[in-house]
Amino acid sequence: MLGETEVIRLIQGLSRRRLRQWVQAGWVLPARGERGASFSEIDVARARLILHLQRDMKIGADAVPIVLSLMDQVYGLRQELRRLARAVEAQPDTVKHAILRSAGGGSSR
Amino acid sequence: MVIGALAQAAGRSISEVGALLRLGFRGWDLSDDPYKVLGLNRQASQDDIQKAYRKLAKKHHPDLNPGDRSAEEKFKQVSQAYDLLGDEEKRRRFDRGEIDAQGMERPQHRYYREYADAGADHPYASRAGFDDFADSDDIFSQFFTRGGGDRFRNVRMRGGDIRYHLRVDFLDAVRGARRTLTLPDGSPLDIEIPAGVEDGQVLRVRGKGAPGLNGGEPGDALIEMEIGEHPVFRREGRDIHVDLPISIDEAVLGGKVEVPTPTGNVTMTVPAGASSGRTLRLRGKGVQGRTKGDQLVHLSVVLPERIDPELEDFMRRWREQHRYDPRWAMKGAA
Repeated sequence: MLGETEVIRLIQGLSRRRLRQWVQAGWVLPARGERGASFSEIDVARARLILHLQRDMKIGADAVPIVLSLMDQVYGLRQELRRLARAVEAQPDTVKHAILRSAGGGSSR
Repeated sequence: MVIGALAQAAGRSISEVGALLRLGFRGWDLSDDPYKVLGLNRQASQDDIQKAYRKLAKKHHPDLNPGDRSAEEKFKQVSQAYDLLGDEEKRRRFDRGEIDAQGMERPQHRYYREYADAGADHPYASRAGFDDFADSDDIFSQFFTRGGGDRFRNVRMRGGDIRYHLRVDFLDAVRGARRTLTLPDGSPLDIEIPAGVEDGQVLRVRGKGAPGLNGGEPGDALIEMEIGEHPVFRREGRDIHVDLPISIDEAVLGGKVEVPTPTGNVTMTVPAGASSGRTLRLRGKGVQGRTKGDQLVHLSVVLPERIDPELEDFMRRWREQHRYDPRWAMKGAA
């Protein structure tokens, strides 16, 4: 877990003001520690991503939450897809093949 | 195999789009020439460089291509090329051959997708992409509705979990402790830190998170523990390790010595003839809790700060009669 100062030191070009704005806007969700915001590794990686979106890709502040929301949805869907795949994987072979046949997964390869 | 097929079925559209995009581009040159990486020649203007970089960065940013393993490498190349050429001064020096394309490498860091794609157990996990599945009649409604109907929209909603972070003293983690935290709304929260809590372990306190919607139950407080270090004790699982200095006379003759343990000092017998590195076990003196760990005491023979003439004299005489080779087992090792 890292404090604000350590995060800023870690991410080149990120100012304290900016980071605070992102936390306020809910783009980054640090935990609350005894001494202020406390950032985990995923929070740092997300902040770095937001900086990339804004500074390098010139995505405006209005569009950033849309991009983040869509990304979060994609990652959420990927998790669900994996969960579904694991559930299918746990079935007997005949069931597995029947599912794949009707999903069209195996035939088009 | 089934997982691969399913993932492929879902990932296909993404990678197909990627393939189409790549067709339009002249392919990846691994020669590391930053101009080639950006698809430009040496006459390109700063403006061209910036445009090319933005276009490629959008296309290859790993977080926007969670299913494409090669995106990270490409993005790195593009970023590295832009680091060099985007800065006019660095570009001039590169053109003059003063610095090479590798000279600019930035420190390694992990991308967001490595965390976001590793599981749904993080604060940014979203169900918005499939929440409506839960309302339909088909089999998906059961699959996507985990553990009962409290997830349905417009019905009662459970409040969100709130994460907290707590530094725990090394000995408190070993012995267990009670702590009172102050929540952001000013209310106190008593928590019991269980003996043997591990670094990074998350304690869940029911009902202490955000309030629920429409009369739904409140969420939980999730308290992540960070365990501090100790100047004397080290912890490995449920065992505590400690280095214990002993004098030469204690090493030769044996004797009783005081040893610190997390639950207080105990007296331990050092056997006669104990060498440095010998490990003694104090049962049940490690991490407390239901299954107690042991404390492992690593002996370390320490000579007196000043070797007095008497000791020196004795050793000289002793050596004449009793010379021994402690390194016999190392013979022929090299």
